[in-house]
Amino acid sequence: MAKRDIPIAKMPGNNNNFSGGAHLEFEDKVADLDRQMNELRRLSSIKGIDYSAEIRQLRRQQVAELKRIYSNLTAWQTVQVARHPQRPLLSDYLDLMVKDFRELHGDRCFGDDRAIVTGFGHIGRERVLVVGQNKGKNTKQKIACNFGCPNPEGYRKALAKMKFAEKFGIPIVTLIDTPGAHPGIGAEERGQAQAIAVNLNQMSRLRVPIICIVIGEGGSGGALGIGVGDRLAILEFAYYSVISPEGCAAILWRDGSQAPKAAEALKLTSKDLYKLELVDAVIPEPLGGAHRNVHDTIYNVEKYIVKTLRDLKRTKIDNLLDNRYSKLRSIGASPTEKLRRKTQAAKERVKAALEAMPTKPKRVPAKV
Amino acid sequence: MAKEIKSKWNGFSLKPRKEMPDGLWMRCPACEHILYKSTVEKNLNVCPKCNHHFRIEAATRIKYLADEGSFQQVLGDLTTDDPLGFKFRETTYKQRLKADEKKSGTKEAMLIGKAFIKGRPVILAVMEPNFLMGSMGSVVGEKLCAAVDKAMEEKLPLVAVSCSGGARMHEGVVSLGQMAKTSAVLAKFDEVGGLYICVLTDPTTGGVTASFAMLGDCLIAEPGALIGFAGPRTIAETIKVELPKGFQTAEFMLEHGFMDMIVHRKDLRSEIARLIDYCQK
Repeated sequence: MAKRDIPIAKMPGNNNNFSGGAHLEFEDKVADLDRQMNELRRLSSIKGIDYSAEIRQLRRQQVAELKRIYSNLTAWQTVQVARHPQRPLLSDYLDLMVKDFRELHGDRCFGDDRAIVTGFGHIGRERVLVVGQNKGKNTKQKIACNFGCPNPEGYRKALAKMKFAEKFGIPIVTLIDTPGAHPGIGAEERGQAQAIAVNLNQMSRLRVPIICIVIGEGGSGGALGIGVGDRLAILEFAYYSVISPEGCAAILWRDGSQAPKAAEALKLTSKDLYKLELVDAVIPEPLGGAHRNVHDTIYNVEKYIVKTLRDLKRTKIDNLLDNRYSKLRSIGASPTEKLRRKTQAAKERVKAALEAMPTKPKRVPAKV
Repeated sequence: MAKEIKSKWNGFSLKPRKEMPDGLWMRCPACEHILYKSTVEKNLNVCPKCNHHFRIEAATRIKYLADEGSFQQVLGDLTTDDPLGFKFRETTYKQRLKADEKKSGTKEAMLIGKAFIKGRPVILAVMEPNFLMGSMGSVVGEKLCAAVDKAMEEKLPLVAVSCSGGARMHEGVVSLGQMAKTSAVLAKFDEVGGLYICVLTDPTTGGVTASFAMLGDCLIAEPGALIGFAGPRTIAETIKVELPKGFQTAEFMLEHGFMDMIVHRKDLRSEIARLIDYCQK
């Protein structure tokens, strides 16, 4: 991939440091080392003593500590990382990954939902339609985006733009980051459930490649509403769940504070989902989570999209749809059933290929 | 000590002793009338005073809907293999499944099969509210897909009766995936031109509403049924506003343009039969 012209320091949202802004509760030691390093830096600037060796030493300790913490995060800690206030949001991806992004507004029925952003742009060399859920960086944006909880018009807008892209054969990339679809009176009046159902229904038959990536929170039906496609990838410390851990704890444990236990039981981390074959790929995050190095995270996502799009574009569109259908159809099937289906599909493909092959004329042995 | 003894003493009662066998009377939750149970049952489990439709189990639903003895179940033995190994509060998902199997008499929250409605052959899928609140897990999704496949194969209309609290938490993202799965299969059914009638009964919420229950060619609701995406309690807790009266009822959905019709339980059979006749090719 070609290197960008803009120097990295001038790029927006660059916080390429290990402090990563706010520390999470399980990062006490990291925070402590940060404090020590800052203190040393302050002292050296006041007194003019060179503490660089000590700082380097502390930095090394910090890296080791981060490695230790992040190599075995619990499910609940993962949820906290996915909700980190400095985690890159859709707006960062649009700034850093999508070139000449042109936003398209409105669902042509009711309004323009700010929680879902749609528009054309280029990722790598490909022109794509980007559909993503935005949470907003500051309070004002957050309120405008409804904290990333889309209303029905958002889903209808997404579908309308996807149909637009389908008409011109433009691949679709969806970036999922929502706590869930908005539960409100207006949302119910305008048919939240119907909007999501229609999206699921139509996205399964769209005649363009669709890549879905969970970049933060993948909350239930709200995430699935733009999450049906040929490939589903998830960032390493993002989560994807049928219900928020708090909601699950409130129902099954009858106590919302049992959320850590619920998170563990729901198997919502990228590792577990990959093991259960519910996601196709896990995109690695830099050491200490996406919020510690926004650029590397987005670069990894971009790399994945470019590579996967190249693969998907090679497949004939009818085969792509067949594959998508059989992939969706086999969700939740038992392993033996899955294997049976796979082998059957492969057998059929081989049979079809054999039939399509021109038959060789029989070799007649030469007469002596 | 003295207090305890006192509290046990009921005093002499002058009223005649109440000796009532259990399960003979019931109270209608809507109009609070005391009703004789067999009258209610004769009335298709609808309150004769206020037309409140009681929740009914799958077997009863099939009895009311299909011609007598015409329902032939398929895949009745399909059970889940607990993909997550779900545990909660000293119990496991498997134990809960066993308990609910005893309670409801079915092995999963959905029954599918071929049946006749007023002599018209259909594929029928009915949800069981007493089995984990009719929630959609991998088996329910698979069964509905099997029903659609069968309907495609035999070129019959599909009638689904939804009655569910949503996706099943105990199966995590697997049950979320069932939403996508059922919707994808129904998209294919739509493409080949099959008729899909959905009957939404009390309650239809969450992942079921947001997938197959809302994708019917024709959506029929029972009067007063709770239909929505988020449950009313969740909404009230989130936005901290008192919900308007009649919010998320079938009538509310009809008013906002999401239902085709509201049909009384006693007319359901004839209404479905008529629709099938209209949609014949």
